[in-house]
Amino acid sequence: MSDLSSPPTASPPLRVTVDLNRCQAYAQCCYAAPEHFALHGREALFYDPAPSASARLAIERARVSCPVQAIRVEEPR
Amino acid sequence: MSDGHAVVVGASLAGLRGAEALRRAGFAGTLTLVGDEPHRPYDRPPLSKAALTGAVAPEATLLPNLHALEAEWRLGIAATGLDRQARRIRLADGATLPYDRLLIATGSRARSWPNPAEAGLVGIHTLRGRDDAASLRRALAAGPKRVLVIGAGFIGCEVAASCRALDLPVTLIDPGPAPLARILGQPVGEIVAALHRALGVDLRSRTKVERLEGDASGRVVRAVLGDGSSVETDLVVVALGAVRNTEWLHGSGLDAGPGGIACDEAGHVLDTEGRPDRSIAAAGDVARFPHPLYDGRPVALEHWGHAVAQGEHAGRLLAGAASGAAYAEMPAFWSSQGSITIKSVGLTQGADSMVFAQGSPKEGRFVVVYGREGRCIAAVSFDSARWLPAYAERIAARAPFPPIRGGTDEHSLAVLAPDFPEERTAP
Repeated sequence: MSDLSSPPTASPPLRVTVDLNRCQAYAQCCYAAPEHFALHGREALFYDPAPSASARLAIERARVSCPVQAIRVEEPR
Repeated sequence: MSDGHAVVVGASLAGLRGAEALRRAGFAGTLTLVGDEPHRPYDRPPLSKAALTGAVAPEATLLPNLHALEAEWRLGIAATGLDRQARRIRLADGATLPYDRLLIATGSRARSWPNPAEAGLVGIHTLRGRDDAASLRRALAAGPKRVLVIGAGFIGCEVAASCRALDLPVTLIDPGPAPLARILGQPVGEIVAALHRALGVDLRSRTKVERLEGDASGRVVRAVLGDGSSVETDLVVVALGAVRNTEWLHGSGLDAGPGGIACDEAGHVLDTEGRPDRSIAAAGDVARFPHPLYDGRPVALEHWGHAVAQGEHAGRLLAGAASGAAYAEMPAFWSSQGSITIKSVGLTQGADSMVFAQGSPKEGRFVVVYGREGRCIAAVSFDSARWLPAYAERIAARAPFPPIRGGTDEHSLAVLAPDFPEERTAP
Protein backbone atom coordinates (compact mmCIF):
# COMPACT_ATOMS: atom_id res chain seq x y z
CA MET A 1 0.00 0.00 0.00
CA SER A 2 1.28 3.45 -0.85
CA ASP A 3 2.35 5.78 1.92
CA LEU A 4 -0.13 8.65 2.04
CA SER A 5 1.57 10.48 4.90
CA SER A 6 3.21 13.78 4.09
CA PRO A 7 6.82 14.28 5.18
CA PRO A 8 6.99 16.58 8.20
CA THR A 9 7.52 20.25 7.43
CA ALA A 10 7.93 23.35 9.55
CA SER A 11 4.48 24.87 8.96
CA PRO A 12 1.39 23.10 10.30
CA PRO A 13 -0.34 20.78 7.85
CA LEU A 14 -3.70 21.19 6.17
CA ARG A 15 -6.57 19.21 7.65
CA VAL A 16 -8.58 17.13 5.21
CA THR A 17 -11.57 14.90 5.63
CA VAL A 18 -13.71 13.22 3.00
CA ASP A 19 -17.36 12.38 3.54
CA LEU A 20 -17.16 8.80 2.31
CA ASN A 21 -20.94 8.51 2.44
CA ARG A 22 -21.05 11.10 -0.33
CA CYS A 23 -17.97 9.87 -2.22
CA GLN A 24 -18.93 7.90 -5.32
CA ALA A 25 -15.40 7.15 -6.48
CA TYR A 26 -15.32 9.46 -9.48
CA ALA A 27 -11.61 9.69 -8.62
CA GLN A 28 -11.20 13.30 -9.73
CA CYS A 29 -9.25 13.98 -6.51
CA CYS A 30 -6.84 11.19 -7.43
CA TYR A 31 -6.02 13.02 -10.68
CA ALA A 32 -5.92 16.46 -9.05
CA ALA A 33 -3.67 15.45 -6.14
CA PRO A 34 -2.31 11.95 -6.79
CA GLU A 35 0.12 12.14 -3.89
CA HIS A 36 -2.71 12.61 -1.40
CA PHE A 37 -5.69 10.66 -2.73
CA ALA A 38 -5.69 7.07 -3.99
CA LEU A 39 -8.37 4.59 -4.91
CA HIS A 40 -8.00 0.99 -3.75
CA GLY A 41 -10.15 -1.33 -5.77
CA ARG A 42 -13.19 0.28 -7.38
CA GLU A 43 -14.46 2.54 -4.62
CA ALA A 44 -12.24 2.54 -1.53
CA LEU A 45 -10.74 6.03 -1.29
CA PHE A 46 -7.65 6.43 0.88
CA TYR A 47 -6.47 9.96 1.53
CA ASP A 48 -3.92 11.93 3.46
CA PRO A 49 -5.74 13.69 6.31
CA ALA A 50 -2.77 15.99 6.99
CA PRO A 51 -1.09 17.11 3.74
CA SER A 52 1.78 19.56 4.12
CA ALA A 53 0.95 23.22 3.59
CA SER A 54 2.98 23.17 0.37
CA ALA A 55 0.30 20.90 -1.15
CA ARG A 56 -2.35 23.58 -0.69
CA LEU A 57 -2.99 24.17 -4.40
CA ALA A 58 -3.22 20.49 -5.29
CA ILE A 59 -5.61 19.87 -2.39
CA GLU A 60 -7.74 22.84 -3.40
CA ARG A 61 -7.85 21.46 -6.96
CA ALA A 62 -9.01 18.13 -5.57
CA ARG A 63 -11.65 19.77 -3.39
CA VAL A 64 -13.25 21.80 -6.18
CA SER A 65 -13.06 19.00 -8.74
CA CYS A 66 -15.05 16.56 -6.59
CA PRO A 67 -18.37 16.05 -8.43
CA VAL A 68 -20.21 15.31 -5.17
CA GLN A 69 -18.33 17.92 -3.07
CA ALA A 70 -17.28 15.39 -0.45
CA ILE A 71 -13.91 16.95 0.48
CA ARG A 72 -13.53 19.35 3.43
CA VAL A 73 -10.30 21.24 4.02
CA GLU A 74 -9.03 23.46 6.79
CA GLU A 75 -6.05 25.62 5.97
CA PRO A 76 -3.48 26.33 8.67
CA ARG A 77 -4.01 29.59 10.50
CA MET B 1 -30.90 36.06 22.51
CA SER B 2 -29.09 36.09 25.81
CA ASP B 3 -26.12 34.00 24.79
CA GLY B 4 -24.50 33.01 28.07
CA HIS B 5 -22.27 29.95 28.24
CA ALA B 6 -22.54 26.96 25.93
CA VAL B 7 -20.70 23.78 26.88
CA VAL B 8 -20.05 20.82 24.61
CA VAL B 9 -19.15 17.65 26.49
CA GLY B 10 -17.34 15.33 24.10
CA ALA B 11 -14.53 16.77 21.94
CA SER B 12 -15.59 14.48 19.16
CA LEU B 13 -16.83 14.67 15.56
CA ALA B 14 -20.41 15.30 16.76
CA GLY B 15 -19.19 17.76 19.41
CA LEU B 16 -17.02 19.73 16.99
CA ARG B 17 -19.68 19.95 14.28
CA GLY B 18 -22.24 20.90 16.94
CA ALA B 19 -20.01 23.67 18.29
CA GLU B 20 -19.45 24.99 14.76
CA ALA B 21 -23.19 24.97 14.10
CA LEU B 22 -23.83 26.93 17.29
CA ARG B 23 -21.43 29.63 16.10
CA ARG B 24 -22.75 29.54 12.55
CA ALA B 25 -26.27 30.07 13.89
CA GLY B 26 -25.11 33.22 15.61
CA PHE B 27 -24.30 32.09 19.13
CA ALA B 28 -21.96 34.81 20.47
CA GLY B 29 -21.50 33.73 24.09
CA THR B 30 -18.72 31.76 25.71
CA LEU B 31 -18.13 28.30 24.26
CA THR B 32 -16.27 25.51 26.04
CA LEU B 33 -15.49 22.04 24.71
CA VAL B 34 -14.68 19.31 27.23
CA GLY B 35 -12.95 16.09 26.17
CA ASP B 36 -11.66 13.16 28.21
CA GLU B 37 -8.85 12.54 25.72
CA PRO B 38 -5.92 14.97 25.49
CA HIS B 39 -6.48 15.39 21.72
CA ARG B 40 -8.46 17.86 19.67
CA PRO B 41 -11.32 16.15 17.79
CA TYR B 42 -10.03 13.61 15.29
CA ASP B 43 -11.50 11.39 12.61
CA ARG B 44 -12.00 7.73 13.51
CA PRO B 45 -12.68 5.93 10.19
CA PRO B 46 -8.98 5.78 9.16
CA LEU B 47 -8.06 4.22 12.53
CA SER B 48 -9.25 0.74 11.56
CA LYS B 49 -7.85 0.93 8.01
CA ALA B 50 -5.07 3.25 6.78
CA ALA B 51 -3.76 3.90 10.31
CA LEU B 52 -3.26 0.17 10.90
CA THR B 53 -1.47 -0.49 7.63
CA GLY B 54 0.83 2.49 8.25
CA ALA B 55 -0.39 4.53 5.26
CA VAL B 56 -1.59 7.27 7.62
CA ALA B 57 -0.21 8.13 11.07
CA PRO B 58 -2.92 7.93 13.76
CA GLU B 59 -1.98 11.40 15.03
CA ALA B 60 -2.48 12.86 11.52
CA THR B 61 -6.25 12.41 11.70
CA LEU B 62 -7.22 15.69 13.42
CA LEU B 63 -10.50 16.91 11.96
CA PRO B 64 -10.62 20.08 9.90
CA ASN B 65 -12.30 22.93 11.71
CA LEU B 66 -14.93 24.27 9.32
CA HIS B 67 -16.05 27.42 11.15
CA ALA B 68 -14.26 29.78 13.54
CA LEU B 69 -14.98 28.47 17.05
CA GLU B 70 -13.33 30.89 19.45
CA ALA B 71 -13.73 28.23 22.07
CA GLU B 72 -12.04 27.23 25.27
CA TRP B 73 -10.83 23.67 25.32
CA ARG B 74 -10.75 21.52 28.45
CA LEU B 75 -8.97 18.46 27.11
CA GLY B 76 -7.80 15.40 28.99
CA ILE B 77 -10.50 16.02 31.61
CA ALA B 78 -13.63 13.89 31.70
CA ALA B 79 -16.98 15.24 32.78
CA THR B 80 -18.03 13.29 35.87
CA GLY B 81 -21.42 14.69 36.76
CA LEU B 82 -24.31 16.89 35.74
CA ASP B 83 -26.39 19.03 38.12
CA ARG B 84 -29.32 20.29 36.07
CA GLN B 85 -30.86 22.32 38.89
CA ALA B 86 -27.70 24.36 39.35
CA ARG B 87 -26.85 24.06 35.62
CA ARG B 88 -23.33 22.90 36.39
CA ILE B 89 -21.07 20.19 35.07
CA ARG B 90 -18.55 18.51 37.34
CA LEU B 91 -15.15 17.71 35.88
CA ALA B 92 -12.68 15.00 36.86
CA ASP B 93 -10.18 17.59 38.13
CA GLY B 94 -12.72 18.83 40.69
CA ALA B 95 -13.66 21.97 38.77
CA THR B 96 -17.24 22.83 37.86
CA LEU B 97 -18.43 24.45 34.66
CA PRO B 98 -21.65 26.46 34.55
CA TYR B 99 -23.76 26.20 31.39
CA ASP B 100 -26.81 27.80 29.87
CA ARG B 101 -26.82 25.43 26.90
CA LEU B 102 -25.28 21.98 26.92
CA LEU B 103 -24.52 19.59 24.08
CA ILE B 104 -23.85 16.03 25.20
CA ALA B 105 -21.68 14.16 22.69
CA THR B 106 -19.80 11.73 24.91
CA GLY B 107 -20.08 8.91 22.37
CA SER B 108 -19.17 5.36 23.23
CA ARG B 109 -16.14 3.27 24.07
CA ALA B 110 -14.96 -0.16 22.98
CA ARG B 111 -16.48 -3.01 24.96
CA SER B 112 -13.63 -4.79 26.66
CA TRP B 113 -13.06 -8.52 27.01
CA PRO B 114 -15.48 -9.65 29.74
CA ASN B 115 -12.88 -11.45 31.88
CA PRO B 116 -10.79 -8.64 33.48
CA ALA B 117 -7.80 -10.87 34.31
CA GLU B 118 -7.61 -12.11 30.71
CA ALA B 119 -8.26 -8.60 29.35
CA GLY B 120 -5.19 -7.44 31.28
CA LEU B 121 -2.79 -9.78 29.44
CA VAL B 122 -0.12 -8.08 27.36
CA GLY B 123 -1.06 -8.25 23.68
CA ILE B 124 -4.83 -7.73 24.12
CA HIS B 125 -6.11 -4.67 22.28
CA THR B 126 -9.35 -2.86 21.67
CA LEU B 127 -9.77 -0.22 18.98
CA ARG B 128 -11.72 2.95 19.44
CA GLY B 129 -9.50 5.98 19.92
CA ARG B 130 -6.43 7.33 18.28
CA ASP B 131 -4.15 6.07 21.08
CA ASP B 132 -5.64 2.58 20.67
CA ALA B 133 -4.83 2.74 16.95
CA ALA B 134 -1.26 3.91 17.60
CA SER B 135 -0.71 1.09 20.07
CA LEU B 136 -2.24 -1.53 17.75
CA ARG B 137 -0.23 -0.19 14.80
CA ARG B 138 3.01 -0.61 16.79
CA ALA B 139 2.02 -4.16 17.72
CA LEU B 140 1.18 -5.03 14.10
CA ALA B 141 4.40 -3.46 12.81
CA ALA B 142 6.38 -5.64 15.26
CA GLY B 143 5.30 -8.67 13.19
CA PRO B 144 3.08 -10.85 15.38
CA LYS B 145 3.01 -14.56 14.59
CA ARG B 146 -0.79 -14.59 14.38
CA VAL B 147 -3.42 -11.95 15.07
CA LEU B 148 -6.70 -13.12 16.57
CA VAL B 149 -9.69 -10.83 16.02
CA ILE B 150 -12.67 -11.57 18.26
CA GLY B 151 -15.93 -10.29 16.78
CA ALA B 152 -16.80 -10.05 13.08
CA GLY B 153 -18.67 -6.75 13.08
CA PHE B 154 -17.44 -3.83 11.01
CA ILE B 155 -14.40 -3.02 13.16
CA GLY B 156 -13.36 -6.67 13.47
CA CYS B 157 -13.72 -7.23 9.72
CA GLU B 158 -11.79 -4.06 8.88
CA VAL B 159 -8.99 -4.99 11.28
CA ALA B 160 -8.78 -8.51 9.82
CA ALA B 161 -8.61 -7.11 6.28
CA SER B 162 -5.92 -4.62 7.36
CA CYS B 163 -3.87 -7.49 8.83
CA ARG B 164 -4.04 -9.28 5.49
CA ALA B 165 -2.95 -6.07 3.70
CA LEU B 166 0.14 -6.32 5.95
CA ASP B 167 0.46 -9.99 5.04
CA LEU B 168 -0.03 -11.03 8.67
CA PRO B 169 -1.70 -14.34 9.51
CA VAL B 170 -5.09 -13.55 11.06
CA THR B 171 -7.93 -15.58 12.57
CA LEU B 172 -11.36 -13.93 12.79
CA ILE B 173 -13.79 -15.54 15.24
CA ASP B 174 -17.47 -14.80 15.77
CA PRO B 175 -20.33 -16.74 17.37
CA GLY B 176 -22.71 -15.65 14.61
CA PRO B 177 -23.38 -17.57 11.39
CA ALA B 178 -21.41 -15.15 9.15
CA PRO B 179 -19.55 -11.83 9.43
CA LEU B 180 -21.82 -8.77 9.57
CA ALA B 181 -24.88 -11.05 9.47
CA ARG B 182 -26.48 -9.18 12.35
CA ILE B 183 -26.56 -5.98 10.25
CA LEU B 184 -26.72 -7.30 6.67
CA GLY B 185 -28.46 -10.66 7.11
CA GLN B 186 -27.10 -14.11 6.39
CA PRO B 187 -27.15 -14.17 2.58
CA VAL B 188 -24.96 -11.04 2.47
CA GLY B 189 -22.94 -12.26 5.46
CA GLU B 190 -22.00 -15.35 3.44
CA ILE B 191 -20.66 -13.06 0.69
CA VAL B 192 -18.59 -11.18 3.28
CA ALA B 193 -17.33 -14.54 4.56
CA ALA B 194 -16.19 -15.53 1.06
CA LEU B 195 -14.54 -12.14 0.62
CA HIS B 196 -12.51 -12.58 3.81
CA ARG B 197 -11.54 -16.14 2.98
CA ALA B 198 -10.33 -14.90 -0.41
CA LEU B 199 -8.19 -12.32 1.41
CA GLY B 200 -6.62 -15.16 3.36
CA VAL B 201 -8.41 -14.59 6.66
CA ASP B 202 -8.84 -17.76 8.74
CA LEU B 203 -12.53 -17.15 9.42
CA ARG B 204 -14.31 -19.18 12.11
CA SER B 205 -18.03 -18.45 12.26
CA ARG B 206 -20.34 -20.03 14.85
CA THR B 207 -17.32 -20.17 17.13
CA LYS B 208 -16.86 -18.90 20.65
CA VAL B 209 -13.68 -17.93 22.43
CA GLU B 210 -13.90 -19.60 25.83
CA ARG B 211 -10.82 -18.01 27.37
CA LEU B 212 -7.52 -16.32 26.66
CA GLU B 213 -4.34 -17.74 28.16
CA GLY B 214 -1.04 -16.02 28.91
CA ASP B 215 2.49 -17.21 29.60
CA ALA B 216 4.44 -16.71 32.84
CA SER B 217 5.31 -13.13 31.85
CA GLY B 218 1.64 -12.26 31.34
CA ARG B 219 1.69 -12.18 27.52
CA VAL B 220 -1.21 -13.70 25.67
CA VAL B 221 -0.22 -16.96 23.95
CA ARG B 222 -3.44 -18.67 22.96
CA ALA B 223 -7.21 -18.58 22.82
CA VAL B 224 -9.17 -21.65 23.85
CA LEU B 225 -12.33 -22.09 21.79
CA GLY B 226 -15.74 -23.46 22.66
CA ASP B 227 -14.98 -26.87 21.14
CA GLY B 228 -11.82 -27.23 23.25
CA SER B 229 -9.43 -26.54 20.39
CA SER B 230 -7.13 -23.55 20.58
CA VAL B 231 -5.55 -20.85 18.41
CA GLU B 232 -1.94 -19.85 19.11
CA THR B 233 -1.79 -16.07 19.02
CA ASP B 234 0.40 -13.28 20.33
CA LEU B 235 -1.91 -10.37 19.46
CA VAL B 236 -5.64 -10.28 20.16
CA VAL B 237 -8.01 -7.55 19.00
CA VAL B 238 -11.27 -7.55 20.94
CA ALA B 239 -13.94 -6.11 18.62
CA LEU B 240 -17.16 -6.70 20.53
CA GLY B 241 -18.91 -3.45 19.78
CA ALA B 242 -19.29 -0.29 21.81
CA VAL B 243 -20.67 0.79 25.17
CA ARG B 244 -22.30 4.21 25.40
CA ASN B 245 -20.70 6.72 27.75
CA THR B 246 -23.63 7.71 29.96
CA GLU B 247 -22.35 6.77 33.44
CA TRP B 248 -21.40 10.37 34.17
CA LEU B 249 -25.10 11.31 33.89
CA HIS B 250 -26.06 9.09 36.82
CA GLY B 251 -28.05 11.17 39.28
CA SER B 252 -28.80 13.91 36.73
CA GLY B 253 -32.43 12.88 36.46
CA LEU B 254 -32.01 12.26 32.72
CA ASP B 255 -33.25 9.08 31.07
CA ALA B 256 -29.77 7.75 30.30
CA GLY B 257 -28.35 4.24 30.40
CA PRO B 258 -26.58 1.58 28.35
CA GLY B 259 -28.95 2.27 25.44
CA GLY B 260 -27.97 5.94 25.30
CA ILE B 261 -29.63 9.18 26.39
CA ALA B 262 -33.28 9.43 25.50
CA CYS B 263 -34.11 12.43 23.32
CA ASP B 264 -37.31 13.82 21.84
CA GLU B 265 -37.82 14.21 18.08
CA ALA B 266 -36.06 17.56 18.07
CA GLY B 267 -33.00 16.30 19.94
CA HIS B 268 -33.62 17.70 23.44
CA VAL B 269 -32.78 15.23 26.18
CA LEU B 270 -35.61 13.74 28.25
CA ASP B 271 -35.72 13.30 32.00
CA THR B 272 -36.88 10.09 33.65
CA GLU B 273 -40.47 11.43 33.54
CA GLY B 274 -40.19 11.91 29.77
CA ARG B 275 -40.05 15.71 29.94
CA PRO B 276 -37.60 17.51 27.63
CA ASP B 277 -34.87 19.71 29.10
CA ARG B 278 -34.67 22.48 26.53
CA SER B 279 -31.27 23.67 27.63
CA ILE B 280 -29.66 20.30 26.75
CA ALA B 281 -29.32 18.41 23.47
CA ALA B 282 -27.47 15.19 22.64
CA ALA B 283 -25.85 14.04 19.41
CA GLY B 284 -23.92 11.14 17.93
CA ASP B 285 -23.50 7.61 19.28
CA VAL B 286 -24.81 8.53 22.71
CA ALA B 287 -28.19 9.94 21.60
CA ARG B 288 -31.21 7.63 21.43
CA PHE B 289 -33.96 9.35 19.49
CA PRO B 290 -37.21 8.44 17.73
CA HIS B 291 -36.51 8.25 14.01
CA PRO B 292 -39.46 9.54 11.95
CA LEU B 293 -38.44 7.35 9.00
CA TYR B 294 -38.91 4.27 11.14
CA ASP B 295 -42.24 5.11 12.79
CA GLY B 296 -40.58 6.84 15.70
CA ARG B 297 -38.66 3.76 16.83
CA PRO B 298 -35.89 4.90 19.19
CA VAL B 299 -32.47 4.37 17.64
CA ALA B 300 -28.90 5.24 18.61
CA LEU B 301 -26.64 5.23 15.58
CA GLU B 302 -22.86 4.79 15.58
CA HIS B 303 -22.35 6.25 12.13
CA TRP B 304 -19.89 8.93 11.02
CA GLY B 305 -22.42 10.84 8.91
CA HIS B 306 -24.93 10.73 11.73
CA ALA B 307 -22.43 12.30 14.14
CA VAL B 308 -21.98 15.15 11.65
CA ALA B 309 -25.65 15.66 10.85
CA GLN B 310 -27.03 15.26 14.36
CA GLY B 311 -24.18 17.34 15.80
CA GLU B 312 -25.04 20.18 13.42
CA HIS B 313 -28.73 19.77 14.15
CA ALA B 314 -28.13 19.91 17.92
CA GLY B 315 -25.94 23.01 17.55
CA ARG B 316 -28.70 24.81 15.65
CA LEU B 317 -31.27 23.60 18.16
CA LEU B 318 -29.30 24.97 21.12
CA ALA B 319 -28.76 28.25 19.27
CA GLY B 320 -32.51 28.55 18.92
CA ALA B 321 -32.27 28.25 15.15
CA ALA B 322 -33.93 24.86 14.58
CA SER B 323 -37.45 25.76 15.79
CA GLY B 324 -37.99 22.30 17.26
CA ALA B 325 -38.05 20.53 13.89
CA ALA B 326 -37.61 16.76 14.06
CA TYR B 327 -34.19 15.37 13.20
CA ALA B 328 -34.79 13.02 10.31
CA GLU B 329 -31.46 12.50 8.53
CA MET B 330 -31.32 9.31 6.46
CA PRO B 331 -28.95 6.86 8.22
CA ALA B 332 -25.91 5.97 6.10
CA PHE B 333 -22.53 4.32 6.61
CA TRP B 334 -19.63 2.85 4.71
CA SER B 335 -16.94 0.31 5.36
CA SER B 336 -14.03 -0.91 3.30
CA GLN B 337 -12.88 -4.49 3.60
CA GLY B 338 -9.76 -5.08 1.61
CA SER B 339 -10.50 -3.39 -1.71
CA ILE B 340 -14.29 -3.81 -1.45
CA THR B 341 -16.43 -0.86 -0.35
CA ILE B 342 -19.70 -1.58 1.45
CA LYS B 343 -22.17 1.26 1.78
CA SER B 344 -25.61 1.47 3.27
CA VAL B 345 -28.58 3.82 3.44
CA GLY B 346 -31.55 3.37 5.76
CA LEU B 347 -31.67 0.82 8.58
CA THR B 348 -31.82 -2.91 7.93
CA GLN B 349 -33.04 -3.72 11.43
CA GLY B 350 -36.44 -5.39 11.32
CA ALA B 351 -36.30 -6.23 7.59
CA ASP B 352 -38.48 -9.22 6.67
CA SER B 353 -37.24 -9.60 3.10
CA MET B 354 -34.45 -8.62 0.72
CA VAL B 355 -33.63 -8.69 -2.98
CA PHE B 356 -30.46 -8.38 -5.02
CA ALA B 357 -31.70 -5.39 -7.01
CA GLN B 358 -28.63 -4.50 -9.11
CA GLY B 359 -25.64 -6.55 -10.15
CA SER B 360 -24.97 -9.91 -8.56
CA PRO B 361 -22.68 -11.54 -6.01
CA LYS B 362 -21.01 -13.35 -8.92
CA GLU B 363 -19.89 -10.04 -10.41
CA GLY B 364 -18.68 -8.93 -6.98
CA ARG B 365 -20.71 -5.74 -7.16
CA PHE B 366 -24.36 -5.45 -6.31
CA VAL B 367 -27.07 -3.59 -4.43
CA VAL B 368 -29.30 -5.36 -1.93
CA VAL B 369 -32.59 -3.72 -0.99
CA TYR B 370 -34.25 -4.63 2.30
CA GLY B 371 -38.01 -4.51 2.84
CA ARG B 372 -40.38 -4.59 5.75
CA GLU B 373 -44.12 -5.06 5.40
CA GLY B 374 -43.97 -4.19 1.71
CA ARG B 375 -41.87 -1.00 2.01
CA CYS B 376 -38.23 -0.34 1.18
CA ILE B 377 -36.34 0.36 4.41
CA ALA B 378 -32.64 0.02 3.52
CA ALA B 379 -30.20 -0.56 0.67
CA VAL B 380 -26.65 -1.87 0.83
CA SER B 381 -24.11 -1.67 -1.98
CA PHE B 382 -20.92 -3.62 -2.59
CA ASP B 383 -18.77 -1.55 -4.96
CA SER B 384 -21.93 0.01 -6.41
CA ALA B 385 -22.22 3.26 -4.48
CA ARG B 386 -23.62 5.30 -7.35
CA TRP B 387 -26.92 3.45 -7.12
CA LEU B 388 -27.48 4.32 -3.48
CA PRO B 389 -28.80 7.91 -3.73
CA ALA B 390 -31.67 6.63 -5.91
CA TYR B 391 -32.54 4.01 -3.29
CA ALA B 392 -32.20 6.56 -0.48
CA GLU B 393 -34.98 8.52 -2.18
CA ARG B 394 -37.15 5.42 -2.34
CA ILE B 395 -36.56 4.67 1.33
CA ALA B 396 -37.40 8.27 2.29
CA ALA B 397 -40.60 7.98 0.24
CA ARG B 398 -41.43 4.61 1.86
CA ALA B 399 -41.68 3.23 -1.64
CA PRO B 400 -43.15 -0.26 -2.16
CA PHE B 401 -40.92 -3.32 -1.77
CA PRO B 402 -39.68 -5.04 -3.88
CA PRO B 403 -38.46 -1.84 -5.60
CA ILE B 404 -38.74 -1.34 -9.41
CA ARG B 405 -41.14 -3.89 -10.90
CA GLY B 406 -41.60 -4.56 -14.57
CA GLY B 407 -38.69 -2.55 -15.97
CA THR B 408 -38.01 -3.81 -19.47
CA ASP B 409 -34.33 -4.33 -18.72
CA GLU B 410 -34.97 -5.93 -15.37
CA HIS B 411 -34.30 -9.50 -14.43
CA SER B 412 -36.95 -10.89 -12.10
CA LEU B 413 -36.08 -10.24 -8.49
CA ALA B 414 -36.01 -13.20 -6.13
CA VAL B 415 -37.24 -12.18 -2.71
CA LEU B 416 -35.09 -13.72 0.02
CA ALA B 417 -35.27 -13.85 3.79
CA PRO B 418 -32.53 -11.82 5.51
CA ASP B 419 -32.25 -14.43 8.30
CA PHE B 420 -30.78 -12.11 10.89
CA PRO B 421 -29.22 -14.17 13.67
CA GLU B 422 -30.52 -13.75 17.21
CA GLU B 423 -29.09 -10.81 19.12
CA ARG B 424 -25.81 -12.12 20.40
CA THR B 425 -24.84 -12.05 24.02
CA ALA B 426 -21.31 -12.46 25.31
CA PRO B 427 -18.82 -14.05 22.88
